[in-house]
Amino acid sequence: MKRIGHPKDFWSGMLFMGIGAFALIAGAKYTIGAAARMGPGYFPRILGILMVLLGAVLAFRSLRSKGEAVPPWKWRPTLLVLGSVVLFGAIVKTLGMAVSTVILIVVASAASHEFRWKESLIAGVALAVLAVGVFVIGLSLQLPIWPGQG
Amino acid sequence: MDLFSHLAVGFGVALTPINLMYALIGCLLGTLIGVLPGIGPVATIAMLLPTTYALEPVSALIMLAGIYYGAQYGGSTTAILVNMPGETSSVVTCLDGYKMALKGQAGQALAIAALGSFFAGTVSTIFVAAFSPPLSALALKFGPAEYFSLMCLGLIGSVVLARGSLLKAIAMIILGLLMGIVGTDVNSGVARFDFGVPELSDGIGIVSVAMGLFGFAEIIVNLESTEVRELVSRKVSGLMLSWAQIKAAAPAVLRGTGIGSVLGLLPGGGAMLASFASYAVEKKISKHPEEFGRGAIQGVAGPESANNAGAQTSFIPLLTLGIPENAVMAMMVGAMTIHNIQPGPQVITSNPQLFWGLIASMWVGNAMLVVLNLPLIGIWIRLLTVPYRLLYPAILLFCSIGVYTVNNTSFDVMQTAAFGFLGVLFVKLEMEPAPLLLGFVLGPMMEENLRRALLLSRGDPTVFMTRPISAGLLIAAALLIVIIALPNIRNKREEAFAEEGA
Repeated sequence: MKRIGHPKDFWSGMLFMGIGAFALIAGAKYTIGAAARMGPGYFPRILGILMVLLGAVLAFRSLRSKGEAVPPWKWRPTLLVLGSVVLFGAIVKTLGMAVSTVILIVVASAASHEFRWKESLIAGVALAVLAVGVFVIGLSLQLPIWPGQG
Repeated sequence: MDLFSHLAVGFGVALTPINLMYALIGCLLGTLIGVLPGIGPVATIAMLLPTTYALEPVSALIMLAGIYYGAQYGGSTTAILVNMPGETSSVVTCLDGYKMALKGQAGQALAIAALGSFFAGTVSTIFVAAFSPPLSALALKFGPAEYFSLMCLGLIGSVVLARGSLLKAIAMIILGLLMGIVGTDVNSGVARFDFGVPELSDGIGIVSVAMGLFGFAEIIVNLESTEVRELVSRKVSGLMLSWAQIKAAAPAVLRGTGIGSVLGLLPGGGAMLASFASYAVEKKISKHPEEFGRGAIQGVAGPESANNAGAQTSFIPLLTLGIPENAVMAMMVGAMTIHNIQPGPQVITSNPQLFWGLIASMWVGNAMLVVLNLPLIGIWIRLLTVPYRLLYPAILLFCSIGVYTVNNTSFDVMQTAAFGFLGVLFVKLEMEPAPLLLGFVLGPMMEENLRRALLLSRGDPTVFMTRPISAGLLIAAALLIVIIALPNIRNKREEAFAEEGA
């Protein structure tokens, strides 16, 4: 098999085609109507078709054009940064602002190659005090401070 | 003169203690995030949008606007002292500003950047005030066909500054439009693409999209690299400019202001384009082009004035036509919508206090920024010494709390993380998120105007070409595509981005 000339464009083309096709399939149940009386499916259908077309052209052209390879994906920052946020979202209502903040800060800090345990714990506690003070007490956000208060 | 009575109304609003305070908060935050690399105005505005619910609309907009032009001031500080753009619009300032700092002229570079910006800010405030009323009046005559075409032009314009291929950027717009129509269709009441998730039937929140794509993704990408930034000097002394420097810089400031004001008006324009264009012009007309890149003061004065002028005049299309021309303006649309203000030509007549108050606050904010950035420069320099490993978890925390508070639901937090993942994928594949955000904001409006235009024409699509203004706008959009696609311009574009990446 010949190598793909422009991998970045190729994969973006594939992504666009995938999303476009998905929109067309998922949106198939919405009525189209006519141009003068558009149904809820009219505009999405136009967009879906355009996306598939643009994606296809992009992917096709990328076979011959030249471009850099897709840079490698380091899993650690992505996983830990997004993981800390998801975790925070999942626990903040039950465990409260204080504990959740410390957990978010420590997990997120671990994403850096300069991670230090002690330092991130101290930062976590300091920010927890700040977050509770500003958001829960100051702006009276509807969130518990401690576990079991929710 | 009408202009002065309008401005008097504006200053009446802008100078109330409460609005002065919000302008100050906006400017402080703007300078802060401008100075700090790794978080831009789009993510910051997204973070703060939820906190503006409780504010008066005018106070909210004054604060958010302050963030945008405040970031233009702050960004130059980092560019000059660390040789790293605090903001994309200060990329070119690195070239000569950093060299000036190496020569021991950091103080002068900072001074001309701030004073040039202030001058540009003053002129462009008047520009905004003078230009907006006639443009609004014109826009009030627009029907749905004109609006649809105008949005096409605006969206195509956002591609000018996108990296990578033109096709890819256009596909990003379509993706944005598609994401924008998720949720209940206003006409039929059908919930589209909600997949049975109740949270999605209200549509995808702009805060989640912007914060994920611009905030989280940026942090993750920063963490992947291990480069270290170094501060040239911790002590900046000698803010005073010499007479020779003033004489050299003044014409550059004037030209930069002009270039920035005009480019800010155009679709796709704004701070970044303005600074690139101004640098190119200064280098071209200079008698000593070889000095550029070695610490030429014109290379700091021009672009820094231009980016501030551009940042301000890019409010004109938003305030008069309701069309955002860059990602920050898209966030302003979100802010106005939160407060039930439909951006468009009617704002100036239905909300004159808000309109003129916002404009007057721009000048007030600029005056504050000179004070914040010159005498207080030491504080910002100290901030630069805070290591990134302490900074980004705090940014993440405030983002997470911010996005949670939009609807008080964990779903939004998860959704934002998903967009963060998508954002990293976009960076890897060189897909530009700014056109997507514009499409996202304009999606529902575009569908509505298309629907109305075709309803009025009884389904005849030629209506877009038979109405002269609509046809003109569509032709302009087509021309824009052709111009961007021309090989000559394409190379120039790639050069500019190469310079930025360096």
